[in-house]
Amino acid sequence: MTPQAPAAAATSFGTPDPVAIGFFAVFICVTLGITWWAARRTQTAEHFYAAGRSVTAGQNGFALAGDYMSAASFLGIAGLVSTSGFDGLIYSTGWLVGWPVVLFLIAEPLRNLGRYTFADVVAARLNPVPVRISAAYGTLATIAFYLIAQMVGAGSLIRLLFGIPYETAVMIVGVAMMGYVLFGGMLATTWVQIVKAVLLLGGAALLAFLVLAKFGFDPRALFAAAAAQQGAGVLAPGKLVSNPLDAISLGMALMFGTAGLPHILMRFYTVPDAVAARKSVFIATGLIGLFYLMTFILGFGAMVLVGPDVIKSIDAGGNMAAPMLAELLGGRPFLGFIAAVAFATILAVVAGLALSGAAAISHDLWSSVIRKGHPKPGEELKVARLATIGLALVAIALGVAFKGQNVAFMVGLAFAIAASANFPALVLSVFWRRTSTAGAAASMVVGTTATLLLITLSPAVQIDLLHKSSAFFPLKNPALVTIPLSFLTGILVSLLAPDTNGDQRYTDLERRLLLGTD
Amino acid sequence: MTPRTATSTSDALQATRAVAAKRWRLAATLTAIMVFVYFGFIALVAFRPALLGTLVSDGLSVGIVLGACVIVAAWVLTWTYISWANRVYDPALAALKAPTGATENHESNAGARS
Repeated sequence: MTPQAPAAAATSFGTPDPVAIGFFAVFICVTLGITWWAARRTQTAEHFYAAGRSVTAGQNGFALAGDYMSAASFLGIAGLVSTSGFDGLIYSTGWLVGWPVVLFLIAEPLRNLGRYTFADVVAARLNPVPVRISAAYGTLATIAFYLIAQMVGAGSLIRLLFGIPYETAVMIVGVAMMGYVLFGGMLATTWVQIVKAVLLLGGAALLAFLVLAKFGFDPRALFAAAAAQQGAGVLAPGKLVSNPLDAISLGMALMFGTAGLPHILMRFYTVPDAVAARKSVFIATGLIGLFYLMTFILGFGAMVLVGPDVIKSIDAGGNMAAPMLAELLGGRPFLGFIAAVAFATILAVVAGLALSGAAAISHDLWSSVIRKGHPKPGEELKVARLATIGLALVAIALGVAFKGQNVAFMVGLAFAIAASANFPALVLSVFWRRTSTAGAAASMVVGTTATLLLITLSPAVQIDLLHKSSAFFPLKNPALVTIPLSFLTGILVSLLAPDTNGDQRYTDLERRLLLGTD
Repeated sequence: MTPRTATSTSDALQATRAVAAKRWRLAATLTAIMVFVYFGFIALVAFRPALLGTLVSDGLSVGIVLGACVIVAAWVLTWTYISWANRVYDPALAALKAPTGATENHESNAGARS
């Protein structure tokens, strides 16, 4: 049935679309205006990294949601549900369940103990130099893989949606992101996230509304139509989860990776106190959950109204399901709007990543390691801005270098590194008195290195990328092995190599852990 | 450090630890519930796919209902924590924050009672 189907739907894809470009130009103008406004308020490192702690709980809730809901979740999950039905919903739930963990274990201690990066918390009572170096290693590894996924995704999506060449699209994303972060710092980045979150939630809600309107506002009628058209199998687990261990491993990476993502953790420093940090996670969890519930409707809506084969004919991964659904229901203007939202989504996530990478370089490596905690006045901010320019250039180069690669596994890898490198060290240093400098550093280094090594040996690289017949390591995502390994390393090394006055240093910290620096 | 300040520091520390232990117990319990709910769902997907394909009503399979339930469970658990924090945790923190001396006795009494 493929030959005649694409012609019907392919009309607007891959050709320059004035409506989409118009919407996107408006978004760029508004966000640059915000950046200009924010630039005048960004004079110190505290403003650059943490927006002067002036962001409210509600604003940060939206910004967290904006930072987290990447194009992968909007386009990817809708596409996955539209082509494989129920299996896609496994991802919808997986991307959300990390948020309660962030709330229960991480948000408040992080805000109380740290200033700009999560390494502040791990280093609070340990020797800073080894901890900062290891934390920067884990942070930069996480960010590198997340950036590759976003940049390559941006290039191919924007080529499909706007008809702009891949390299140009990658450059636009890199330069715009650099502009936001360089001049507007965290304040501009925060508002870009908020605008994007509102646009994305609004666009998805409107799309879901239009879908449900076709089914008498009864989701069951939509699911029943999907089952009638594609077989009852689309409402049940299918081929995607053929190996239970793979599913559990990916689930662990998603659940604990969220609590280790540097650009998410950094957002908790933008609010005035731990109470606001806590409230902002509650709001973010509500918004993100709502969004993933809507992906149920969008995915099945695209399956029934557009059809899996037509979707796959435009993009084999199914990524165009939501835009195609928008064109079908709202015509070219709505497609243009959704395309602009997808572009804005990528831009905002990339800006958040760049800012947290710049903080790891300037705050953790330059000020704490090279300057031993005593940078010259104003120096840290300069280094942070230089690092931003460097990261933008690296992001553009990586985007061009990885053109055409399958990047789906890289987001999973970024989550696996975050879950294995950052999360265990963070939890151990906050909740376990006997954690030592050597233990925390070893946990981060072993977690990062083991994840990188196992992913290289996994089927995703060995078979899919290098086209070998078998892989040395059976799981696509290594989190099942690397998270326990990282915890175990941290505990064993802490017991074998304790700090001389570790117990007293933890006692000194206990009040601050609950009450902050007040 | 004079002996007198050492004693009051240790009282304050005991009170701080009591509050921290309470928070840790709830945080660990709620985390465990979330882990159980999500990996329970994943285990059903992996090991009982036929059960999840059973239709509850026309068009609605057990799998879709449980998937939505995982999201609702995340909401309920975060709400549980927030409402506990507002009712119990924040007042306890405010008591810890109050200047030492006048509240010191009240503090240690509260600690002893709980």
